[in-house]
Amino acid sequence: MSKQHITATVNGDEVEFLCDTRETLLDCLRDHAGIMGVKEGCGTGDCGACSVTLDGRLVCSCLVLGVEADGAEIGTVEGIAEGEKLHPLQRKFIEHAALQCGICTPGILVAAKNLLEKNPDPTETEIRYWLAGNLCRCTGYDKIVRAVMDAAAEMREAS
Amino acid sequence: MAEVHLWSGLRSLADGKEMVEVPGATVGQVLDSLVAAHPGLEPALQRGVSVAVDGQIVPNSRNHPVDPDSEIFLLQKLAGG
Amino acid sequence: MALDGQKTAYKYIGTTPDRPDGLDKVTGRARYGADISMPGMLHGAVLRSPHAHARIVKIDASKALALKGVKAVVTRADFPDGLDGEDWNLQENCMAGEKALYDGHAVAAVAATSPLIARDAVKLIEVDYEVLPHVTDVDAAMKDDAPVIREGAADFSVPEGLHPNVVRYFDSGRGDLDKGFAEADLIIERSYTTEAAHQGYIEPHACLGQMGEDGRGELWVCTQGHWFVRRMSTAVLGIETTNIRVTPSEIGGGFGGKTTVFIEPLSLALSRKTGGKPVKMVMSRNEVLRATGPTASASMDIKMGMTKDGKITAAHGTFRMQGGAFPGAPVDVTTMLAFANYDIENVHHIGYDVITNRPKQAAYRAPGAPMAAFATESTIDELCRELGLDPIDTRLKNAAREGTRATFGPKFGPIGLVETLEAAKTHPNYSAPLGPNQGRGVASGYWMNWGGETSASVAISEDGTVTVSIGTPDIGGSRASMALMAAEAFGIPYEDVRVNISDTGALGVNEPTHGSRATYASGLATIRSAEDCIGKLCKRAADKWGIDPEAVIWEDGCAKPSGPNAGEFPPMSLAEIAGEMGSTGGPISGHFEDSPAGFSGSFGTHVVDVEVDPETGRTTILRYLVVQDAGKAIHPAYVEGQFQGGAAQGIGWALNEEYIYGEDGRLQNPVFLDYRVPVASDLPMIDTVIVEVPNPGHPYGVRGVGETGITPPLPAVANAVREATGKRICNLPLRPSRVLAAIQGKG
Ligand code: FES
Ligand code: FES
Repeated sequence: MSKQHITATVNGDEVEFLCDTRETLLDCLRDHAGIMGVKEGCGTGDCGACSVTLDGRLVCSCLVLGVEADGAEIGTVEGIAEGEKLHPLQRKFIEHAALQCGICTPGILVAAKNLLEKNPDPTETEIRYWLAGNLCRCTGYDKIVRAVMDAAAEMREAS
Repeated sequence: MAEVHLWSGLRSLADGKEMVEVPGATVGQVLDSLVAAHPGLEPALQRGVSVAVDGQIVPNSRNHPVDPDSEIFLLQKLAGG
Repeated sequence: MALDGQKTAYKYIGTTPDRPDGLDKVTGRARYGADISMPGMLHGAVLRSPHAHARIVKIDASKALALKGVKAVVTRADFPDGLDGEDWNLQENCMAGEKALYDGHAVAAVAATSPLIARDAVKLIEVDYEVLPHVTDVDAAMKDDAPVIREGAADFSVPEGLHPNVVRYFDSGRGDLDKGFAEADLIIERSYTTEAAHQGYIEPHACLGQMGEDGRGELWVCTQGHWFVRRMSTAVLGIETTNIRVTPSEIGGGFGGKTTVFIEPLSLALSRKTGGKPVKMVMSRNEVLRATGPTASASMDIKMGMTKDGKITAAHGTFRMQGGAFPGAPVDVTTMLAFANYDIENVHHIGYDVITNRPKQAAYRAPGAPMAAFATESTIDELCRELGLDPIDTRLKNAAREGTRATFGPKFGPIGLVETLEAAKTHPNYSAPLGPNQGRGVASGYWMNWGGETSASVAISEDGTVTVSIGTPDIGGSRASMALMAAEAFGIPYEDVRVNISDTGALGVNEPTHGSRATYASGLATIRSAEDCIGKLCKRAADKWGIDPEAVIWEDGCAKPSGPNAGEFPPMSLAEIAGEMGSTGGPISGHFEDSPAGFSGSFGTHVVDVEVDPETGRTTILRYLVVQDAGKAIHPAYVEGQFQGGAAQGIGWALNEEYIYGEDGRLQNPVFLDYRVPVASDLPMIDTVIVEVPNPGHPYGVRGVGETGITPPLPAVANAVREATGKRICNLPLRPSRVLAAIQGKG
């Protein structure tokens, strides 16, 4: 089977790779582009560990084919901090102990950042429904939701 | 002699006794005396038991000291998640 | 072991600093099981049985081997014969022998140059199966006409006349049941079932193994216990234990499910067959659900008697549990802990460990305790209801306390059940008003915790920091707890402590992070290692001052003369001593090895409010309170996290999660869409109260807290649904269809 040559922008950098047409964007990011912050929890769109933004839209990268990413802008957890400066969500996740094992954290940070870009002042319920596609088995979500609310408040104050 | 209490599943292997008095200055010696007195207990002890000495569960500790008036309970082997 | 000498005033313990691995985990840099690659690496994949029970007549891998890029295929023929006991069980579970014993059982494995080729190759392996009758339900597996899964699997404990699928039998108790029941004003008898639930860690099992023709190699793996992985993998392969060095990756959840091996021996066997090329194996979620260990399912009969004023007079429980195709369902613990919350004179437990055509069960958070708690705490709730008693007052009346003879035999030391009940009773959640279709449930639970083989070391570094090396993988922030305990012991800032999880080549044997032991046992070992260092630091100061080491004390991170008689010398800080240590006698480090016996159990009490939609039967959790005894909370935020996570898992088990097998013996829901763990919108905030009744067996009073939290939710939620609907449902999960049927009188 011949492979496709894909060019995409990942976290602002141009990335090229050859991809089998059966490979998902998740496979390509991890196996061909070395973006290991994107995690696979299920491969069926049910856990959100593989969450990335694709041209600004939050998607499960396990449900997108690698070939669909040609020419696209992709955002992952590795692109959330600005250089040395952590995003408020990242700081608040550490501060609130919003991660235990941390395997869900990359996907949840990508999803939460996407939420706050659309809705800078979400209610607890809005956060819970927005993150309903991101499973966390360790925390019971309490501290995650608090961290997102606290980060949103800090970001509103700063702007 | 330390008092060793057996759970009911073990009693049939020890002539129906709930409590057996055996000598021993350590958990290991007590277990050995127990098998010497009631050989039927051997497979059960080999499968693994937890031992509580005076209320404290002492895992993997054949050398744990036992006083003459210690109260010892044999318990199912424990582990966790 | 007395409380004398136990610290009570702390500088660092009880604070909530940022965890040392936090930055790596919020930036995507932390390396989990599947995140490592090596030059020349191959990718493995596993062929799994589609049948619940089938004889493997023939395996033909020639087509797979002919595929370009395929480097090796292994089957059971590549593993040694002659294993016995649990080693044989492990080997048989990692790779089927004569028979496939459950849907998902590994039959062959492939290594190829890419994951896609490996998966394609698996499909080309041809297996002739002779399909056999199967059984997946515990009660069905005990019936006379049930298919026999394996002759001779039963041990000495099983009485004659039982079906060969009953492989272990437990019987324990004391007192006089007839007398106890005669004293009761009310006796309630009920039968209950719980379904198998999976640990549901979000990170699937993953490893990267390398082993040469000489049978030596290494393994990178996500695990709760790498010494377990070393011992089990080498046993399955029939090689010497220390031939393999195992390095733990970061771990994306385990909850007990990562204390055993599945793909690890396969990756090593494949690697050896390819002449030592590293082989990476990563399970899919489908494989995780079908072939790794969920917990056991249970079928239970409870009979309890109570007086009008709420005293439990007698209790009897029968517990039948299936843990898949191998012995090991945690019936032993179930029987031990079923009534352990209470002081009961007349008590009896009977347990059956039954094998079925399901995957080999693995430990899951407080293994065996939640099922029993569901049955016993539901029965107590029913007794309280019928007698018009308050559920917390009744539990207080019967609660085990220091000196109580536990239902499993020995006397309890200091424990905190009463304190959790009292704190729950005064918490605002317990008096919050309830509306129509709403109900409140209460339940308590217990886990006895664990010590376990532990080896740790602490090294003083030349820059004045200390490095703690432990052998228990950090699943939920334990490196922060170790650093806090080391900081406290040395009297140096938290930031000056580094914590490593060492590989199997660097420390003596360590049991896994299981049994709620890491903070207790590795914490104890860290403190004792620090004390060992402190002795040596004092000696260096004494040598420098030319005084007797006995005349030097350690205070606030400094060596000081013990008093005016010792001489007048300015204190020497750890950093000063460390800075010169190269020229004062060389490196300084401290060690500790033990199977500490001073662990002590943790009790918890949960209060939950639910609302049940009478139209659909759907249960919504409105409020949730966890009160639990931590002994001493080292890092309270992560203690709360354990409480909340345990509660969430228990709520999932109570409401939604279950293994569903079809008539064909195949798992019907091996995907997260259908095996439904709680999501953020299913839950409210989970309120917590940390009770601290210090454990005298730990220098700072620590009790493990990881497991207890999953035990009370099953009955607490069921009790709340009982109040909201007026219906006692004795079968979990309380899925909407089941609750609706009960409301409509069809249940
Ligand atoms: S891996 Fe993509 S949603 Fe789970
Ligand atoms: S922190 Fe472990 S899954 Fe979320």
